[in-house]
Amino acid sequence: MRSYVRLLALLLILAVVLYPLVWMVGTSVKSPSEIVNNIGLIPREFTPGNFAEGWTKFDVSFGRFFLNSALVSLLTVAGNTISCLLAAYALGRLRFRLRGVWFALMIGTLLLPGHVLIIPQYILFRTLGWVGGDWPYLPLLVPAFLATEAFFVFLIVQFMRGIPRELDEAAVIDGASPYGIFRHVILPLSRPALVTTAIFSFIWTWNDFFRQLVFLSELKDYTAPVALTLFIDSTSESAVGPMFAMSLLSLIPVFLFFVAFQRLLVEGINTSGLKG
Amino acid sequence: MTASTLTRDPAAPAAHRPGRRVRRRRENLAGYVFLSPWLLGLLGITAVPMLISLYLSFTDYSPLISLGDASWVGFDNYRRMFTADQSYWHAVTVTITFALVAVPLKLAAALGVAMLLNRTMRGISVFRGLFYLPSLLGGSVALAIVWVSMFNREGAFNSFLALFGIEGLPWVNDPDWALYTLILLAVWQFGAPMVIFLAGLKQVPSELYEAASVDGASPWRKFVHITLPMLSPVIFFNLVLETINGFQGFTSAFVLSNGTGGPVDSTLMYTLNLYIKGFVELDMGYASAMAWVFLLVIGAITVVLFSTGRFWVHYSDNEER
Repeated sequence: MRSYVRLLALLLILAVVLYPLVWMVGTSVKSPSEIVNNIGLIPREFTPGNFAEGWTKFDVSFGRFFLNSALVSLLTVAGNTISCLLAAYALGRLRFRLRGVWFALMIGTLLLPGHVLIIPQYILFRTLGWVGGDWPYLPLLVPAFLATEAFFVFLIVQFMRGIPRELDEAAVIDGASPYGIFRHVILPLSRPALVTTAIFSFIWTWNDFFRQLVFLSELKDYTAPVALTLFIDSTSESAVGPMFAMSLLSLIPVFLFFVAFQRLLVEGINTSGLKG
Repeated sequence: MTASTLTRDPAAPAAHRPGRRVRRRRENLAGYVFLSPWLLGLLGITAVPMLISLYLSFTDYSPLISLGDASWVGFDNYRRMFTADQSYWHAVTVTITFALVAVPLKLAAALGVAMLLNRTMRGISVFRGLFYLPSLLGGSVALAIVWVSMFNREGAFNSFLALFGIEGLPWVNDPDWALYTLILLAVWQFGAPMVIFLAGLKQVPSELYEAASVDGASPWRKFVHITLPMLSPVIFFNLVLETINGFQGFTSAFVLSNGTGGPVDSTLMYTLNLYIKGFVELDMGYASAMAWVFLLVIGAITVVLFSTGRFWVHYSDNEER
């Protein structure tokens, strides 16, 4: 295929792929009448008021929802990175009884659909008083601190396999314990895998909806995705602009991560087959 | 890092290193220390809830009563699912349609674009990144909202059709079409498998294509006899991953139907149906039975994919996964 034909084809596909995103940005600053009548991407009359209107549309402001989302996402990042690193070090580098069994179980949970466990987990967390309690995010955070996201355990194990065994052996000869090896050999060398884990954890949690929908019951505790669904109830024409404005805002953190870590994200799914 | 910066275990100075057996025991203990959070999670967040869920599936439990008051109903939930509940089978049909249409289209788009990108040219990483962007954003509520608006009666898609004088339908409100707008949203996120295909394409030795060209093979024959077999491990990997994900689609269906699975149950994906039964109708015993059947079916599909994989996945020595 000629190279300019190829380039033309790619540009055409890219235009189709990016169209929804550009259209969203345009619509978020259109007035209600233009949303219906102006089919173009660029608004004739710039209406930034959609953002102010969306921000205060519900009894709790979107600032709070975004703060909630940030809190949940950042704590999940901390939980996943720490707990999955610990589990990966044990499964990937240490020799201990039944390791093979635990490793097989970890692989088994890789493909386990989260929806299967949601009902008993809900009952469990509700019995513990965690649903809608003083700490409404415990049901979302505790699993992260217990390394239940097997994808990340697997990713870090795979990465650690590439760290030369000779380093451990040299450290053992020097009298280092498994804890010393972890602290001084494995932890510093695993940084790339931890960064990948942190970035994907953030994006997935920020975008996650199902668990947040199930476990959050009070408006003031809602995260941004759950709050966005409130707009769907009121799809009058005047609500479309504010709805788009808040949707756009909610995608910005993920977009910034994409811009900052593009290469890392693309390589991340390559080495581990992770989903975006 | 030099070895001298390592902490020495105070109990074991280098001159009197512990014997092999002591080291073994210490490593054994350390293994369980490091594994303990994960073990706790496996037990408390995964294994025990799974068993509870299995028990619940034989009861009429609802969150309105305490766990002890739930009465044992035997296989009633399963019987109801397979024989009496029309909406259950409807949801199964919707989910299978979604997976059967969306997964091949998504993989075809991913492979096609990956092949277009598989050339050394300038700006390739920009293209790769931009095609990947929808995979990061597409699963969100925000994007589902945008997507649904795009296929409304007054949405961008109909405006586009109007340019050609075609009057569009209110796609998302039409029971015949609503699911296909969600399928399109899934296909739109072809970037993640595309990146994996692209990495696979780079592994195909160019001598194979050169040899085929010498033999006068057409581009199509090269595709069928070189690209596809050489890429089969990656195709297989993407197929397994996308199929399992396809069966679990929830967010877009929830947004389109405002959590009802409508219009006329046409977007009632399995997981959405499970959510409605469990958390809206509070019929958690029945929903647990649905969850277990779902788990078994996903497991069966994975096993089937892996066993058929032996017949068409070609592993050459240098690309074993």
